Amino acid sequence: MSTSQLTPGVVPGRLPAEAYCRNFADLEAPLGPHEARVAADRCYFCHDAPCVTACPTAIDIPLFIRQIATGTPEAAARTIFSQNILGGMCARVCPTEQLCEQVCVREVAEGKPVEIARLQRHATDILMAKAPHPFSRAPATGKRVAVVGAGPAGLAAAHRLAMLGHEVTIFDARPKPGGLNEYGIASYKAPGDFAQQEVDWLLSIGGITLDCGKALGREVTLDGLRASHDAVFLGMGLAGVNALRAEGEDLQHVRPAVDFIAALRQAEDLASLPVGRDVVVVGGGMTAIDAAVQAKLLGAETATIVYRRGQEKMSASRHEQDHATSHGVRIICNAAPVKVHGNGTVREVEFAYTADGPGGLTLLPETFRLKADQLFTAIGQRLGDVPEGLALAEGKIAIDASGRTSLAGVWAGGDCATGGEDLTVTAVAQGRDAAIDIHAALMRP
Amino acid sequence: MANLQSDFIGIKSPNPFWLASAPPTDKEYNVRRAFQAGWGGVVWKTLGSEGPPVVNVNGPRYGAIWGADRRLLGLNNIELITDRPLEVNLREIKSVKRDYPDRALVVSLMVPCDEDSWKAILAHVEDTGADGVELNFGCPHGMAERGMGSAVGQVPEYIQMVTAWVKKHSRMPCIVKLTPNVTDIRKPAEAARRGGADAVSLINTINSITGVDIDAFAPMPTIDGKGTHGGYCGPAVKPIALNMVAEIARNPATHGLPISGIGGVTTWRDAVEFMLLGAGNVQVCTAAMTYGFRIVQEMISGLSDYMDAKGFASTADIVGRAIPNVTDWQYLNLNYITKAQIDQDLCIKCGRCYAACEDTSHQAIAMSPDRTFTVKDEDCVACNLCVDVCPVETCITMRELPKGTPDPRTGKPVGDYANWLSHPNNPAVRDAAE
Ligand SMILES: Cc1cc2nc3c(=O)[nH]c(=O)nc-3n(C[C@H](O)[C@H](O)[C@H](O)COP(=O)(O)OP(=O)(O)OC[C@H]3O[C@@H](n4cnc5c(N)ncnc54)[C@H](O)[C@@H]3O)c2cc1C
Ligand SMILES: Cc1cc2nc3c(=O)[nH]c(=O)nc-3n(C[C@H](O)[C@H](O)[C@H](O)COP(=O)(O)O)c2cc1C
Ligand code: SF4
Repeated sequence: MSTSQLTPGVVPGRLPAEAYCRNFADLEAPLGPHEARVAADRCYFCHDAPCVTACPTAIDIPLFIRQIATGTPEAAARTIFSQNILGGMCARVCPTEQLCEQVCVREVAEGKPVEIARLQRHATDILMAKAPHPFSRAPATGKRVAVVGAGPAGLAAAHRLAMLGHEVTIFDARPKPGGLNEYGIASYKAPGDFAQQEVDWLLSIGGITLDCGKALGREVTLDGLRASHDAVFLGMGLAGVNALRAEGEDLQHVRPAVDFIAALRQAEDLASLPVGRDVVVVGGGMTAIDAAVQAKLLGAETATIVYRRGQEKMSASRHEQDHATSHGVRIICNAAPVKVHGNGTVREVEFAYTADGPGGLTLLPETFRLKADQLFTAIGQRLGDVPEGLALAEGKIAIDASGRTSLAGVWAGGDCATGGEDLTVTAVAQGRDAAIDIHAALMRP
Repeated sequence: MANLQSDFIGIKSPNPFWLASAPPTDKEYNVRRAFQAGWGGVVWKTLGSEGPPVVNVNGPRYGAIWGADRRLLGLNNIELITDRPLEVNLREIKSVKRDYPDRALVVSLMVPCDEDSWKAILAHVEDTGADGVELNFGCPHGMAERGMGSAVGQVPEYIQMVTAWVKKHSRMPCIVKLTPNVTDIRKPAEAARRGGADAVSLINTINSITGVDIDAFAPMPTIDGKGTHGGYCGPAVKPIALNMVAEIARNPATHGLPISGIGGVTTWRDAVEFMLLGAGNVQVCTAAMTYGFRIVQEMISGLSDYMDAKGFASTADIVGRAIPNVTDWQYLNLNYITKAQIDQDLCIKCGRCYAACEDTSHQAIAMSPDRTFTVKDEDCVACNLCVDVCPVETCITMRELPKGTPDPRTGKPVGDYANWLSHPNNPAVRDAAE
């Protein structure tokens, strides 16, 4: 008997084969040339444009849109890439409703911003489809830089360093490069293996050696890297996850949402990926949304996000929340997990209602239970093991405005470091800026 | 990135984009910021003689017309030449030129129509180290009443006389800026050449009233209940300017005379169009006044991409390339036959082509109940109206009928080149045959 959405337990193949293709296709279709022209025409070319200020990588947005409007999308792409070499991925994954598009003067005036992200994708897609790579390397400096982590921060740093003439080696613990672009981002945001294509394209500038399967603290040490290189950039993201700290959290099918998403991103065949009939996700951020939505798209009958505070406190944007609810995800706020019930395997999760007062969050006496074959925790990631001697702040590697850590010759950026929100675009900005500072430091006579 | 270096009558600039003499170039503060933004050169706002400077109105000095989304299409102004003292301008010009030796800095001049006045100001300008002078014979308001500006520019003899004075009293390259407020632009250009001008620049602004206040019964902009005609510029004037540039470029008496193209240049594409018709460089005013100095970056990247795509090594390769293809109507090939064709994949089914053709052209577009629009080749005269009114670029295009195939409209096969001069309906041809 074939499985369906109603099959109990955690099973693969809940949907007809063709449904997977449809469900995990591009979330937003690319703009055609005519649509791009019309969309570009709406930009007012504002002075000191709020969108540029809101972009962590400060792309000159009015300029690139004007370049699209005047029929030169490749020039537009060069404008984008000169600030943000992962402008292609950012066009797909940036929560623009909280960044550039939120402050677009036409969003303010009409509630309908210029479609900056889609225009950015339009331009970058066109240039990336063409060889050769749009940037060339400066004459070799003879300096060698080690980059730990091939996520957005490490890739952005490596690209800028290579462009400035340095020799770069990237070490990454995982078998594939890309970081969360490859293992974390919701699959419908960057379908078609875009993450790997983008890495290949980025590396085609030359001067960057990729060494995957090499972890800092395992195969390589920070002291070793400092000895063998002129500078080190750390961009290893957040390798750890926060624990639920509720009774029963060790039952089967209770796991971190990021692990579920990574498995989903790496699945050759989505129909072979098991998913529960009733899925519960605990958390309030982008990870919770992505886990719940993708569980639903894999065929879960119900997917419920439970967040311990009020809806206005959720770090997932309203747009993301609407995206989830429009896919049939239910969002429950003001409830926290107190116990996971089940006999070996999770069956139900018990939540207490909460009150969020001036004294902090308190659990109220009243509880309720949700059916659950699978429970995903999305309550935050944290730094994995860090080499000794690095000063930390707020649980992250402490850096100054140019990315310098407390250790001489060691820079850091991205999710593992302080400053900015944990977003792809912030990681790119920090990686790029650290590279510029490394260059200045290495070239100082 | 292509090499955009430009050499206009010996004046070098890193790109052919100059700011025209106008508010953007009125003072040191502006010009420095323009150079920082990437402009290749400027023509400083027109200077007048020594003594108390002219005064401007203190009410609104600009009027405008707009397109969809309130895009500024045409701007009109009643501003005069600089209203700042001559010595202040000269001091600032010298200081900017010293700091930006690689940029073009040309000084626009307008003084009374006597030799001494011109001689005096030229000596001052030479002192600044500026690269050349532009004679403002174009301003259509305020100055003309005082015997300057377009009052000179409309009389070819005056143009020739003043240009000759300037060449006599200065070694600086001299550009004569023409007013479009004449019936035949070739005459003033010829006069400039006779006077010894190194180049002409055009167009200055066009006499205009942009609108009328229908409650106050007065033209706009309105100053205390009255208005006056002003000078029109911006995207709306580009077609007029392009034609005038082409007229001068292909006139045997002025062919080869360097031209600085002005009038509605807003994007890199506009600049290329002027250059293809013979302009050695372009000057921009309204686009900078609308969007700020940063637009030059789009002009630079756009021109560079265009040159790379075409394999042009220098901007000089662009200049004049379209002139041989500008001709008179009577030489157009009457046996060149095209038909409109609608790309059904691009069509958004707005029906504008249908309305235009059905109501005002040749009833050559058919509309089906499911809103599919198709061209009836047997009725299409290839007027291009549908192409022009379609909101989707490249959705409707013109397809050329190969030689020998029958034109479904006339039933006759497409023949060899033949123009009006040999057409049987031409009375001259009929007379000759009789
Ligand atoms: C599920 C999920 C969805 C997200 N969705 C979005 C989104 O839609 N939009 C958005 O802007 N942001 C999103 N984010 C956040 C975004 O992915 C991160 O902010 C961004 O990837 C951070 O980049 P990074 O380079 O700092 O770290 P990462 O992308 O985490 O990359 C770190 C790299 O370092 C490697 N590494 C770790 N430890 C070691 C070690 N010891 N030695 C060697 N290598 C090591 C890892 O294998 C990895 O490749 C999401 C995050 C998650 C978890
Ligand atoms: C407000 C204003 C003032 C101008 N003043 C001058 C001037 O002092 N001298 C001059 O030669 N042209 C002057 N012009 C004309 C411009 O230099 C230019 O020839 C004209 O605006 C056409 O170019 P555009 O369409 O790019 O604006 C002025 C134009 C404007 C809008
Ligand atoms: S632009 Fe506006 S603020 Fe500036 S001078 Fe003119 S009217 Fe005044």
